[in-house]
Amino acid sequence: MLAEQISIFIENKEGRIAEVTAILRDANVNIRALSLADTTDFGVLRLIVNNNEKAEHALKKEGFTVGITPVLAVEVSDEPGGLNKVLDPLWEQDVNVEYMYAFANPQCKNAIMVFRFDDPKKALKILAEKSIKVISAQEICDL
Amino acid sequence: MPVYNKSFETLARKDIEAIQLKRLQTTVEQIYANVAFYKTTFDTAGIKPQNIKSLDDLQRLPFTNKQDLRDNYPYGMFAVPMEKVVRVHASSGTTGKPTVVGYTKGDINTWAELMARSFSAAGATSKDIIHNAFGYGLFTGGIGAHYGAEKLGAAVIPVSGGNTKRQITIMQDFKPTILCGTPSYILHLAEVAEEMGVDFKDLHFKSGIFGAEPWTENMRAELEAKLDLKAIDIYGLSEVMGPGVSIECREEQRGLHIFEDHFIVEIIDPETLEILPPGETGELVFTSLTKEAFPIIRYRTKDITSLNPEPCACGRTHIRMNKPSGRTDDMLIIRGVNVFPSQIESVLMETKQILPHYQLVVDRKNNLDTLTIKVEIDEKLFSDEIKSLQTMEKTISNDIKEYLGVSAKVRLVEPKTIQRSQGKAVRVIDNRKL
Repeated sequence: MLAEQISIFIENKEGRIAEVTAILRDANVNIRALSLADTTDFGVLRLIVNNNEKAEHALKKEGFTVGITPVLAVEVSDEPGGLNKVLDPLWEQDVNVEYMYAFANPQCKNAIMVFRFDDPKKALKILAEKSIKVISAQEICDL
Repeated sequence: MPVYNKSFETLARKDIEAIQLKRLQTTVEQIYANVAFYKTTFDTAGIKPQNIKSLDDLQRLPFTNKQDLRDNYPYGMFAVPMEKVVRVHASSGTTGKPTVVGYTKGDINTWAELMARSFSAAGATSKDIIHNAFGYGLFTGGIGAHYGAEKLGAAVIPVSGGNTKRQITIMQDFKPTILCGTPSYILHLAEVAEEMGVDFKDLHFKSGIFGAEPWTENMRAELEAKLDLKAIDIYGLSEVMGPGVSIECREEQRGLHIFEDHFIVEIIDPETLEILPPGETGELVFTSLTKEAFPIIRYRTKDITSLNPEPCACGRTHIRMNKPSGRTDDMLIIRGVNVFPSQIESVLMETKQILPHYQLVVDRKNNLDTLTIKVEIDEKLFSDEIKSLQTMEKTISNDIKEYLGVSAKVRLVEPKTIQRSQGKAVRVIDNRKL
């Protein structure tokens, strides 16, 4: 089950991130996790939020270029080697990580890792075979 | 498709030339007698009206430049007293004074006839409803198209430019079938329609007549796809008449027929001023043959194109000019390389198969010219992966280096950050202080 991430193109300008988060605040959207990839001139802001539709609508209305990207959210146990349990079976079968970031699961001690794989469907299959819990979009909203 | 004035638009070459010679002789006599500027320049060149015995003698007459018109601001180039003038228009004066042109009653009639011919070439008839989004006012576009539409007997909606949302509502409610405007404004209008959730497929347009600024085949493809109509190029400039100097026919959409019973066209090398043979690219030069208030001899338009004398499927025998590819004064010289914005546009189109909004910014840093190309990132170009965005920047930059031989930095910018004008697009910002 794939989760969805909101991806936003932003120019490297003063106060631009604050503008994005203010738009989300005013739309009553809660940000669960966030990562920013940047270059000298621009960046891509990636967000996991509690309401994708509302977030996308509000940002587009303000003129932002917004993409919805399928990602995998995986619960990783908070102990040494926890991340390897997820990554090892994947790279062994040639599934690679494009980028990843993490946030804490407020309901337990585990972390949730958000992955963008080069082949998300294959990743999903492998994780299912290994009985690794993948968190659905709905579950993320309900956190 | 009907030809509006078949007896003139399908004349044999020798008949066109006979009419041209007779009308040229009349024009030269009138301006020599009535316009001090022409009398002086003809005298300096040692030529009298009676020396014009063949069309080849036109070459002996001096060129007229924009500066000549400015020097005679406002009415110095008029060939009739003001009591005969019924209208004036003026072109925007981006540098210095505007140029002022005048029309007699006869001129207004001729212009309306040529615009009616143009509408007809684009597939319009008296049954059509014409949505005229060319600006009304001193600019010749709006009123020029308006009179032509009425002459044809079509119903014209004089909506002018701007107030875009209302224009879209009018399109939905009044059901116009022909759309007129500048291509950049029409693209803006298409964008606004998209935001409003209006699909042009639900509207009723069959042809769009676009002009007043150079536009490319790539823009045509985009306009036709977005607006669900045939995009027809129209050409004109106030110094020569206004819109309706030449127009594409719907049959071929390949080159614009110049109304040769009213204008003589030449293509010259802008540097050497030599006349170039058909097919070769150079600067367009026009001589008017029937204008009364503001006749013009060998006017250098600064528009770059070539002529195509091949017969056309539509039956019109008037020579075609290819789509102007740029202007001699739009040409940027960057580190010694000639660059036309239209070339950059072609590279952008080829790279991503869609035409993003773009702007060229030229700066001079430490005596070195730099070219930056701003490209707006919309949903079609966007990726959540930085590396694909950077690859796109690099591909565009490499392609420009390869095709144009000039280094350019590509900068991806947010949507709607590049200036949109209601009229003409701002494609170039040159910050060099030379």
